[in-house]
Amino acid sequence: MKYAAKKIAAMLLTMVIVSLLTFTAFSLISGDAAEIMLGTQATPERLAALRAELGLDRPLPERYLSWLLGFFTGDLGVSIQYKQPVWDLIAPKVLVTLCLSVLCFLLIAAVSIPLGLWSASRSGGALDGLRTVVNQLCMAVPAFFTGILLSWGFGIALKWFMPGSFPDLRTDFFGAVKYLFFAAAAIAVPRVAMTVRMLRSTILTEMGKDYVRTAVSRGSDRRRVLYRHVLKNSLAPVVTFLAQTMAEIVAAGIVVEQVFVIPGLGRMLVSSISNRDYPVVQAIVVILAFWVVLAGTAADVINQRVDPRLRLGGDA
Amino acid sequence: MLEIRNLHVKFHNRDREAVAGVSLTIHDGEILGLVGESGSGKSVTAMSVAGLLPRSRCGCSGEILLDGRELLHLPRRSLRKIQGREIGVVFQEPMSAMDPLMKIGPQVEEVLDIHLDLSRAERRRLALEALEAVELPDPAGVYEKYPHQLSGGMLQRAMIAAAVVIRPKLLLLDEPTTALDVTIQAQILDLLKKLNAGSGISMLFISHNLSVVRRLCGRVAVMQRGVLVEEGETDAVFHHPQHPYTRRLIAAIPTRERREESS
Repeated sequence: MKYAAKKIAAMLLTMVIVSLLTFTAFSLISGDAAEIMLGTQATPERLAALRAELGLDRPLPERYLSWLLGFFTGDLGVSIQYKQPVWDLIAPKVLVTLCLSVLCFLLIAAVSIPLGLWSASRSGGALDGLRTVVNQLCMAVPAFFTGILLSWGFGIALKWFMPGSFPDLRTDFFGAVKYLFFAAAAIAVPRVAMTVRMLRSTILTEMGKDYVRTAVSRGSDRRRVLYRHVLKNSLAPVVTFLAQTMAEIVAAGIVVEQVFVIPGLGRMLVSSISNRDYPVVQAIVVILAFWVVLAGTAADVINQRVDPRLRLGGDA
Repeated sequence: MLEIRNLHVKFHNRDREAVAGVSLTIHDGEILGLVGESGSGKSVTAMSVAGLLPRSRCGCSGEILLDGRELLHLPRRSLRKIQGREIGVVFQEPMSAMDPLMKIGPQVEEVLDIHLDLSRAERRRLALEALEAVELPDPAGVYEKYPHQLSGGMLQRAMIAAAVVIRPKLLLLDEPTTALDVTIQAQILDLLKKLNAGSGISMLFISHNLSVVRRLCGRVAVMQRGVLVEEGETDAVFHHPQHPYTRRLIAAIPTRERREESS
């Protein structure tokens, strides 16, 4: 438990640093939000009035602190483009992107772990070469291209979903999940290929270890060796890898949301960047970063539960 | 009880045979020492008996008879019924031979779980008995420990417990004391002697250390480059070695130790 608490403290610290970096970076590059908002109608008086309204006349540390506190109170400032509170704009989109990421993550875990086991147990067979080719191919194809293929194949040709008309998550949950499934699949394909290859090589390495020989000397069959001993020992690197996958999912999601026209954070992020809507961009960047850091922390905590050697200090 | 007849083992990636025609017999309740330098084929001989040679990467011929049953060419499925049940193995490195993520208790019980149809409570009782028989302090505590929480000597005791818990006919000991320091080594040897005297289990003890073999084994066989060069009563071999290689091995024992041994 102590370990988990330490990890969570480290995670919070990371988040503060990420938010500080984000805030500083955008303060440096954004120029003056008031100028952008007023555009050609800017006069010195109106600029000064708007700056006071937005709080831009306050010193930077003070602005950072109030922005940081805003994450806890839900007050993330006002969008320059839409003149609406940022939180109201992004809240429904957070939900969509969250669904997409979780769906994609489950898909990757559910497909790659059995596939990795299967691939390892068949190593050296006649199909090994073919498997390698398929694996390489899946890894090489970028998510947006798979996305285009999937929308064309399952959307336009088979009409299993309607590309471009994303159902409302709250009124038609299953329709939305079905729609998201194809986007998730597009992101998942290369990651599944990588995870399978990783798991396969980890399992094969573990199979050569001494404890496997011990298990065999006791009369264990291959299944027992694999499921009772090797699988658990192979899991730690895979859990870590899957946590890094969460970052990849988030990054690929930004692109794939464009391809599938999904109203998520990724699409919002891209349009806000092109409109220089910095309050929105800042908020989204910090939320995505938080999501990634959270996945990493979860992986550390899980690994520590699986492997007793990582339980340092009284916990063991 | 165990008879090895004209055993040949050749790994596909080597020119020389690892074992080139070895014949050996282990009698009921006997401890046979098998000595030789590394690469002499002593471990490969033991691994053939345990059925642990990688069959795809080597070829073997000859016969290994356990109570009259041929093991060397047995199908995997039938061999698994003998592995662990009738032949237990203890390896050199207790730390790596244990599954690092499994508690000691379940590892000791594994062989019972595979071969016998016992209740969980019954398995636990037998495992605790075995841990006690190998003179581990606090067997119930050790049962709940993970391998990294025990010392090398304690782990090797637990490995021995895991091998003998089901009372196999034969125990193969592949350099079981080499990785341990000298005091622990002596304790383990005493323990093996006790187990042998108490339960009459036969043992094949493999070592490159002649003085260790002398302490434990009634009979000794000496291997060099895949061939058996000498075999006989331990004392006879020590006092009147016939083969020059055996003489060199005996000469290699540090002198002070040799003096203590013969006194």
